[in-house]
Amino acid sequence: MRLINRKPGRPLALFLMLVPFVAVIVAYMVGSDMRLSVNPADKLLPAPSTIADTAARLFTEGDRRTGRVLLWYDTAVSLRRLGIGVGIAALSGLVFGLLIGLLPHVRAGLAGFVAVLSMVPPLAILPILFIVFGLGETSKIVLIVIGITPFLIRDLSQRVIDIPREQIVKAETLGASSLVIALRVALPQIMPRLIQAVRLSLGPAWLFLIAAEAIASDLGLGYRIFLVRRYLAMDVILTYVLWITLLAFLIDLVLRWLSRRLYPWAGAGL
Amino acid sequence: MSFVTVRNIFQSYGTRPILERVNLDVAEGTFVSIVGASGCGKSTFLRLLLAEERPTRGEIRIDGAPPALEPGRERGVVFQRYSVFPHMTVLDNIVAADAFTRRFGLLFGAERRAARARAAETLDRIGLGHMAEAYPAALSGGMQQRLAIGQALTARPRILLLDEPFGALDPGTRLAMHDFLLELKAGTNMTVFMVTHDIEEGFKLGDRLIVFDKPRWDPTDPNAYGATITYDLDTRRRDEGIQTLLEETNVHRPA
Ligand SMILES: Nc1ncnc2c1ncn2[C@@H]1O[C@H](COP(=O)(O)OP(=O)(O)O)[C@@H](O)[C@H]1O
Ligand SMILES: [Mg+2]
Repeated sequence: MRLINRKPGRPLALFLMLVPFVAVIVAYMVGSDMRLSVNPADKLLPAPSTIADTAARLFTEGDRRTGRVLLWYDTAVSLRRLGIGVGIAALSGLVFGLLIGLLPHVRAGLAGFVAVLSMVPPLAILPILFIVFGLGETSKIVLIVIGITPFLIRDLSQRVIDIPREQIVKAETLGASSLVIALRVALPQIMPRLIQAVRLSLGPAWLFLIAAEAIASDLGLGYRIFLVRRYLAMDVILTYVLWITLLAFLIDLVLRWLSRRLYPWAGAGL
Repeated sequence: MSFVTVRNIFQSYGTRPILERVNLDVAEGTFVSIVGASGCGKSTFLRLLLAEERPTRGEIRIDGAPPALEPGRERGVVFQRYSVFPHMTVLDNIVAADAFTRRFGLLFGAERRAARARAAETLDRIGLGHMAEAYPAALSGGMQQRLAIGQALTARPRILLLDEPFGALDPGTRLAMHDFLLELKAGTNMTVFMVTHDIEEGFKLGDRLIVFDKPRWDPTDPNAYGATITYDLDTRRRDEGIQTLLEETNVHRPA
C-alpha cells in the first residue's frame, strides 16, 4: 500500500502525538544532567526539579517588597493588553471587512491602501508609537492593533467577497437593503471566520505584546522575561515561557469551542 | 395582454455579443420554459429579467412599469445552488422573506410570532415541517430546492425565475419536484420563467417553450454573433414534433 494511504489507528496516533513532546523533554533532561554533572552551579539548563521549585515559588510567593505575587500581576496586565488590542483589531476587521467586501465604492478606495498597509513591518514603527503615545499602555495596545488589523481586514473582506453572488441576489429579491444584507447575510457568515482569523493572529499578537513589553514596561510577562535575562535566571524564563504557551493554548481552545458552539452550521472545518 | 414585455434586447460582454434582438411578450400566469445549448445565454437572459444586469440595448418591462435598476421583491429567483441561507434554520429561511424588508432585517414580538406561524404553515405545505429547526446543510438537494422555492414564493413576487433549479437532482427527486411545481402552478397565477437543459421537463412544465440559438453562424469566428429566440412553442398544442426541433437547432438532450 502507498504511504499516503496508510493511516495510524487511534492508540498509535496518540503515541505518535506524544513522541515529539517526550523527545524534547528527554533531550532537555539529558543535556541538563550532563552540564550539571560537570558544573553544579551551571545556570544554562536548570534541572527540571529546579524549574518546578521555581515555578511553585513564582505562582505562590509574594514579592519581598510589596507582597504581591508578581506572576499573576504580570499575567493580568499582559492579558488585558492582549485582550484590548485583539478586541479592537477584531472589531475594525469586522467593520472594514464588511464595508470593503460589500460596497464597491469603499473597496475601490480602501482595498489597495489596506494591502500596502499590511506590508509595513509593525515592529519597525514601534519607536514611532513610543514617541507618539508615550511608554504607557496605549503604545503597546496600538502596536498589537496595527500589527494584526490589516490581516484581519483583508481576510474578512475576502471572505465577504467569497459569499456566493446567488445569496446576495436572493436577499435582494426578498427586499433586503444593503444594511440588512450586511447584518443578516454577510455578518453571521463571516463570524466563524473572524474567530478563525483571530486564532491565527494570536501568535503575532503575542509577539508584538512581548516585544513592546520587553522594551518599555514595568509589569507584564514580556517585561519579566527580559528583566531576569540579566541574571541568567533560566528557571524563571522557562517557567514564564511555559506559562505563556499554556495561556496561548487555552485561549485557542476556548475560541475553537466558542466557534463550534455558536456557529454549528459552519461545519467541522474550523 | 402582455404582462412581461421584452423589447429588442441586446447584451454583450466586452465586444462579445451574447444575446441579440430578443423580443418576447408573456401573458400573466404563463409558465415559460427556456432551453438552448449550454453557454448560449439562457442564464444571461434570466439575469436581465431579474434586473441583476441591465441590457446593452433594449428594455424589459413588467406590467408596463419602467425597467428595473436592480433586483427587488417583485422578482423571485431560485438558482441551481446557493439559493438558501446556510446560516439560518429552515424556518428562519422562510421567515427571512418577511423579515428582510425591515430596517435591520428583524421582526419582534407579535409580528415575529405571526411570521413564524405562517412560515411553519408554508413548511408543512412544502413538506418540510419536520425539518423546521434544521440547517439547510442537513437537507437533501431536493429539499433544499423546495425550501428555496417556498422562500421565493413567500415574498409574493410577480414573476418567478428558475435557473436550472433541478439540474443537480437525481431523476427520481426531479420527478417529485415536477409534481410539486405543477401543484404550485395550479394553486397560484404566478408568471414563471424556467431555464432547463432537459427539453422534456420544459414541455412537461411549461405552457410555452422558447428556444435560444444563434441564427447566424460565422465558421471562422463562432463568437461573432449572439443568440436569440429561434423557436417559441405553445406546448399545449402538440402538433410540432420534438424531433424536428432537435435536428434543426443545436439543442441537445442530456445523454
Ligand atoms: N459576467 C460575464 N462576463 C463575461 N462573460 C459572461 C458573463 N456571464 C456570462 N458570460 C458568457 O456568456 C455566455 C452565456 O452564458 P450563460 O448565460 O451563463 O449561458 P447558459 O446559461 O445558456 O449556459 C457564456 O459564454 C459565458 O461565458
Ligand atoms: Mg446557465
